[in-house]
Amino acid sequence: MFKSLAPPDYLATIDTDKCIRCKRCIQNCGWSVYSWGGDRVLIDTMKCVKCLRCYHYCPVEAIQILDNPVKFKPNAYWSYNNIRNIKKQAETGGMPLTGMGSDLPYPILFDRLLLDACQVTNPSIDPLREPMELRTYLGKKPSKVEVERGEDGELRLKTKMPPQIRLEAPFIFSPMSFGSISLNAQKVLAMAAKECGIIMNTGEGGLHEDLLSYRDHIMVQVASGRFGVNPEYLNAGVAVEIKIGQGAKPGIGGHLPGEKIPLEVAKTRMIPVGTDALSPAPQHDIYSIEDLRQLIYAIKESTNYKPVSVKIATVHNVAAIASGIVRAGADIVYLDGFRGGTGAAPTIIRDHLGIPIEHAVAAVDDRLRQEGIRNEASIVAAGGIRSSADAAKAIALGADAVAIGTAALITMGCTVCGKCYTGNCSWGITTQRPELTARLDPEVYAERLVNLIHAWAHELREILGALGINAVESLRGSRERLRGVGLDDQTLDILGVKPAGR
Amino acid sequence: MYEIDAKGMYYRKLNELVRKAVGDGEKEILLKNVNGQYYIGDGIREKVKIIIEGVPGNDLAAFMDGPTIIVKDNAQDNIGNTMNSGKVVVHGHAGDVLGYGMRGGKLHVLGDVGYRVGIHMKGLKKQIPVIISGGTAGDFLGEYMAGGILILLGLDEKSDRPLVGDYIGTGMHGGSIFIRGDVDKTRCGAEVGVMEPDDKDMKTIRECLKEFCEDFALDLEEIMKKPFKKLVPVSARPYGNLYAY
Repeated sequence: MFKSLAPPDYLATIDTDKCIRCKRCIQNCGWSVYSWGGDRVLIDTMKCVKCLRCYHYCPVEAIQILDNPVKFKPNAYWSYNNIRNIKKQAETGGMPLTGMGSDLPYPILFDRLLLDACQVTNPSIDPLREPMELRTYLGKKPSKVEVERGEDGELRLKTKMPPQIRLEAPFIFSPMSFGSISLNAQKVLAMAAKECGIIMNTGEGGLHEDLLSYRDHIMVQVASGRFGVNPEYLNAGVAVEIKIGQGAKPGIGGHLPGEKIPLEVAKTRMIPVGTDALSPAPQHDIYSIEDLRQLIYAIKESTNYKPVSVKIATVHNVAAIASGIVRAGADIVYLDGFRGGTGAAPTIIRDHLGIPIEHAVAAVDDRLRQEGIRNEASIVAAGGIRSSADAAKAIALGADAVAIGTAALITMGCTVCGKCYTGNCSWGITTQRPELTARLDPEVYAERLVNLIHAWAHELREILGALGINAVESLRGSRERLRGVGLDDQTLDILGVKPAGR
Repeated sequence: MYEIDAKGMYYRKLNELVRKAVGDGEKEILLKNVNGQYYIGDGIREKVKIIIEGVPGNDLAAFMDGPTIIVKDNAQDNIGNTMNSGKVVVHGHAGDVLGYGMRGGKLHVLGDVGYRVGIHMKGLKKQIPVIISGGTAGDFLGEYMAGGILILLGLDEKSDRPLVGDYIGTGMHGGSIFIRGDVDKTRCGAEVGVMEPDDKDMKTIRECLKEFCEDFALDLEEIMKKPFKKLVPVSARPYGNLYAY
């Protein structure tokens, strides 16, 4: 076996003068970069992914993780990743895997959109002194409501409202399964969702019994592998999601290898320990909108009509597909954009398939309005929401709420190193190794995640105040409050947004 | 026995009545004049018996966990979708995508079954789902199969249909398929090995067929006279070498 011709990405270095030989780096690294050499720490830098766990736990700042200067000769066309992947493929014959969302420099439309604010002629609102409504209800809305006067003289809603999911802020946590992330990471999401009055999503990995007490803040997912799905599971949460696709890997199935299926994961997925958990690319009982409708209503019949969400990756024809989904009876359309994260996906798929969420939300919102069915379903925008500003822009483009995955993991220690698929996450997030998952104390990190949601909620209130509106409802689909910077006419037309200055 | 006349009734109303009867503690429910109503028995968790006169619609017994459903006629697509336990007996033919993601329970069809039967069937410990068809099957039988037992009998010797279609067990990584008759290896997925059943397999087949024969008043010994082929995955990790890390 010769040394790989793909050079290491990073050089893990230890200043031996500073190092006090405490061996914490050896204990902390999930990738076994460090080992004990008798009188000093030995380094196998080929294994380093720059997750910075060792750096944070080194008490004397002796560790530095440098970008490897010995890379291939710089070339504007043949990037480092192109050359390295070819070498890896030449050595293995496999598809290079990756984790998290695409990091390629495609244009980011969120960064080309600016929100409006009030000056002089219409007053802005101070959210610290005046009420500001972020509460959001996901679900079908009736096209009209009727009220009647009761015998006591009070007005009441006569129209029977379809079931709604109540959120105290327009954020939800994106689906991340037990298996792709650790149970402790799922507990962080569940505890934070409960505290913030929002919801988390089980992903396609079943529902662990430890999460049952959070059931009022959980959406359960049904995907092509049907892992852990039984009537009890379908009824366990506030809603059920049918997963058709994922932004990071549109049209691609899931594949959790047997070695990452220890007892607890197997129990929750209801499969034998150590077998592969294959989620086929399509659901073979869904080949058409009619088939989708059949599954939506089978789930509704089995859950006494809980709301059903349908999650799709945003692809070229997303508007027509979303229209079909709404007509099939979905209560929520969950759009997962091209930048959406993943625990594991072939790099080539993640980086080259799908369309960004900004285009998709605008196109879907437009289409549903044109067809007069926008009220029939809520839109959730996901796939690369990095800040409350991205959230506000997505809502202005037409989303009812946004879903947060990567941002939530970052509060748990994630540094977006992108190596989730190895199962070695030193932060205890995307791993099932007990010595690593034990590092993630759910109570401690739930507090951090709650902090993030509260901070984003505050920021969103400030944005709404600056816009002179007092409810997130008033921002929804209000593209007049967005302007594009440096966007071409056609993109502006798709987004339904004017250029800055107009 | 509690009776519901389903004539001209919308499926939602019918299933509401069925659920109500189950909730009221009825143990045997007879549905008369059923004509294509969807979702019968879906998500029901009680060990009740539902007898259907007429042809039930798609998604019969989806997510079901306990009941026994007897269909005295043909049945349509998607029976036993993600079923957890219980039993469905169909006295005629049945359609496509039967037992998708089925984790437990039994599906006995006297006649032919359609395409994509037993896709992603699973097994867990003592929960072993069983699908038996007395007739022929279409393409993609047992695709992605991860557990459980699929048995195809081809009882009608005069049938002009091929016993089984193409792409048998594509992506199979668990469970076993038993076919009464010859199987052409070229019609199977690359992940499938065709072999002779051993004594233990024959015992399993006999056990499964005993109940099947009781359901349809068939002669078990007569059926067992003809030899079976056993189809199993050649690897529990069919896609182990697909990726570079």
